[in-house]
Amino acid sequence: MCGIVGLFSKSPEVSERLGADLSAMLRQLSDRGPDSAGVAFYRNPAPPGWTKVSLFSADPRQDWAGVRDALGVADPEVHGSHAVFVIEADAADAVEWLRERYPELRVMSAGEAIEIYKEAVRPERFIETFELDSLQASHALGHTRMATESKVTTDGSHPFSTGLDLCLVHNGSLSNHNRLRERLRAEGIEFQTENDTEVAAGYLTYRLREGATLEQALEGCLDDLDGFYTFAVGTKDGFAVLRDPIACKPAVMAETEDWVAMASEYRAIAVLPGAEEAETWEPEPGRVYSWDRTPV
Amino acid sequence: MHAADAGGSWRVLNPRGAHALAVGVDAPVEVEIEGHAGYYCAGMNKQATVRVHGNTGVGVAENIMSGTVVVDGNASQSAGASGRGGLLVIRGSASARCGISMKGVDIVVQGSVGHLSAFMAQKGCLVVCGDAGDALGDSIYEAHLYVRGEVAGLGADCVEKEMRDEHLAELGSLLERAEVDGCEAAEFRRYGSARRLYNFDVDHAGEY
Repeated sequence: MCGIVGLFSKSPEVSERLGADLSAMLRQLSDRGPDSAGVAFYRNPAPPGWTKVSLFSADPRQDWAGVRDALGVADPEVHGSHAVFVIEADAADAVEWLRERYPELRVMSAGEAIEIYKEAVRPERFIETFELDSLQASHALGHTRMATESKVTTDGSHPFSTGLDLCLVHNGSLSNHNRLRERLRAEGIEFQTENDTEVAAGYLTYRLREGATLEQALEGCLDDLDGFYTFAVGTKDGFAVLRDPIACKPAVMAETEDWVAMASEYRAIAVLPGAEEAETWEPEPGRVYSWDRTPV
Repeated sequence: MHAADAGGSWRVLNPRGAHALAVGVDAPVEVEIEGHAGYYCAGMNKQATVRVHGNTGVGVAENIMSGTVVVDGNASQSAGASGRGGLLVIRGSASARCGISMKGVDIVVQGSVGHLSAFMAQKGCLVVCGDAGDALGDSIYEAHLYVRGEVAGLGADCVEKEMRDEHLAELGSLLERAEVDGCEAAEFRRYGSARRLYNFDVDHAGEY
């Protein structure tokens, strides 16, 4: 079992309180995944030519000011064990430099708007420590994890980055991840854990690199992934949802004039303002649902 | 609500998707749930009439024994799973595995049902006024399936059967009990077991 939530704002008022609303959703699904929790927020886009990077440190006394000075950038936004830096460089260069200079830090995400935070603690404590309630954002995904396929660590927590401004959260378990990981490694995709979801994320990264659209890459999962899954994928402009063809894992979606939400269970949607009046439905198995805001 | 002399009516306000509402009721009471319910709503129901004025999550009226459960909205997966008696009415649609392993419950769905509905169904009736998803009645025993719309595909050992007078009467009575308007029994097709999987037959090995 795991819990997934996603919230996409269609109004400035919803964006303003998106952190509070997503946190309320995540708390509802705490007992679906008490092992760890994580979120991806899409907010405060970096200016052209700059890259936003989320870094994780396992050292509670991490010297973020030192990293800031080495990068020669403004103060990072620090949430719990993570810090978000905005760097004047393209993403590949920024990530390569950070990995070389600070091998003890983990790059959780890179892109224009994405910020990933995750930790192997109970969801309620995670929300509090990372002060998620106060965040404003255009959209966000969250996950509560009950581990089945790999260790309970921050590295094994969701969301997994699948490329610039892309991330994946997963409820389910994959059975062909070991073989697929080897195949993808041969194609140059890097893996940092033994986790099955990281393989699905790597698969999406690979398909997108080879020129597939997000929808094509997700449809490819239906053929190439063996196992149970409800996936939610965050993109710079929105999010997408896919359930395996047998629909082993639950999902509910709801939409109002102000927001679109998805969750493993309706009770996570019920906490949103206007939920009673929302159009509510269960996504069909094997079908990709996606929401995008038209880039201005 | 479990006492033998319990009666009257109960209202559940602001359910907000809570799980296990009105589960295990064993008394001739009326329960009105004013909103969307979570998992296993009205599970193991006996005698009671439970009305949900909203949608329900996974496993509504799971293992229902008797009484009536009515869902005004849609129901998620495994509605009426393994039910042994009583009546489950869903005014909207039900998703996958509706009536899985049903053992005597009657289920009337005014909308459509998802894939693998009536999987291993043993007894009772599943009435679908809309369409049925893939693998309807897979590995079915003796339940009666009535579908008015399209069937995406029949499961192993499930076949279309002749609609005889006794079936029209059974279906007509169920539509009436479920208070479904605008549907005539004559518009439905009947499906049931071909009874080829009862005993192992190597020629059917691929179907097991």
